[in-house]
Amino acid sequence: MLDWSPIILTLQLALSTTVILLVISIPLAYWTANTKSRIKPIIEAIVSLPLVLPPTVLGFYLLIAFSPESGIGSFLNDVFGLKLAFSFSGLVIGSIIYSLPFMVQPLQAGFASLPSSLSEASFVLGKSKYQTITKVLIPNIKKSILTGIVLTFAHTVGEFGVVLMIGGNIPNQTKVVSIAIYDEVESLNYSTAHVYSGILLAVTFAILLLVYINNNRSNKFSR
Amino acid sequence: MIEIDIHKRLLSTTGNFNLKVSCTINKGELVSIFGSSGAGKTTILRLIAGLTQQDSGSISVNKTTWFDSTNKINLNPQKRKVGFVFQDYTLFPNMTVKENLEFALNKGQSKDVINELIQTIELTDLQDRKPETLSGGQKQRVALARALVQKPSILLLDEPLSALDGEMRIKLQDYILKVHKKYSLTTFLVSHDISEVFKLSDHVIKLENGSILKQGTPEELFLDKKTTGKYKTIGTILSIQPSDVINIVSILSNNNIIQVIATNEEASNLSEGDKVMITSKAFNPIIQKI
Repeated sequence: MLDWSPIILTLQLALSTTVILLVISIPLAYWTANTKSRIKPIIEAIVSLPLVLPPTVLGFYLLIAFSPESGIGSFLNDVFGLKLAFSFSGLVIGSIIYSLPFMVQPLQAGFASLPSSLSEASFVLGKSKYQTITKVLIPNIKKSILTGIVLTFAHTVGEFGVVLMIGGNIPNQTKVVSIAIYDEVESLNYSTAHVYSGILLAVTFAILLLVYINNNRSNKFSR
Repeated sequence: MIEIDIHKRLLSTTGNFNLKVSCTINKGELVSIFGSSGAGKTTILRLIAGLTQQDSGSISVNKTTWFDSTNKINLNPQKRKVGFVFQDYTLFPNMTVKENLEFALNKGQSKDVINELIQTIELTDLQDRKPETLSGGQKQRVALARALVQKPSILLLDEPLSALDGEMRIKLQDYILKVHKKYSLTTFLVSHDISEVFKLSDHVIKLENGSILKQGTPEELFLDKKTTGKYKTIGTILSIQPSDVINIVSILSNNNIIQVIATNEEASNLSEGDKVMITSKAFNPIIQKI
């Protein structure tokens, strides 16, 4: 009988990462798309770092930071009772950092593609920045938001290095599908590895297929 | 009364220049800001609306200070009660025509004003359509209506008609005049079209390289002498055809072609494409270059 828990855990991780990242990324992307601040390149570089950094490097630093011996780790443990190393919440935080560019970059491109006169028209009508973002800008970058959601979700599903470094391989807590596959192959259980891999392939392909079908349809409309 | 004293350094493709404009506008006037592109016309509107910040000077509207560099007063665009019609319309693509107008409502403002505007600017048939399905002229009408929802005291129009063809232009000019009078607005119109400026404005500010070259009534600005015609209209010369000792000049004015007779001496001053004013005293029309 197949153990479904890695699959459920993966979906839980991908879902929580996507939701939290969406909330964080909208203001961040709006800021980077509109600011003329000198620190903008620094923030952009930090956001994009996970694209080029080996996941193991990121995972290693996070593991050090999360460990109860470190300043941050002991602070979180003492004040909030949070144990991030080798736990699901630790995985979520790691995934958020790791998938940050996949959410922020499409949103930033979306915001930047809107003419600035659109926000100006809203400001002249007496609307605040918040009202302008929620009622005017966000509804007009739906496609970018969908792209961000899908990329983040798919990227989190496919994560391996970061998860392995900070989560280890604890069933029901940190053993996601990608780790489970590695584990099964190590123990020469090729048949189970096949099933997990097949499911992962099918799920990710289905998600991407839906996005492209949707993209083509909305392109036809706008013409 | 609107008092404007603007000073801003502008960067342009032809080099940097200073925008330095100061003028006093009476309430209820329709003021045209006229000049070639790159003269700083749009920037003046943006400074009045607070979308661009000026380097120094002041703007005060009906004794309320909107901007004052010495006292560090600078109201943000939300607090300056202006209606702004952008050159590219900037309707919100995610909302229908009616939703665009409703979005403009102030908190707690009654929706009656929307129905009234829909009537005045004749948008009844368009109200449930999305902006992408509208023509340029229709979009411009919606933008005009949206700018008026909050009942601003000042209406800023940034080349509202430049993208429209002849007939639509005239229709929209009439809408602008209609709302300008109906809502007793003080209107600023940016334009580089003489006939439009002539038809619409009470006061013209001619701008060149950022400073006021001339200002006054359209007649004072564009005509050498004051004319005392009973009837006058503006047009463009389509052709000048010699016929025996006289010339027949065909002039396009408000989509009508008018043929006027001119002597050889008069015609020698004119050429095809000239903007002219036709005045008629009793029964002899006179063509005058502007």
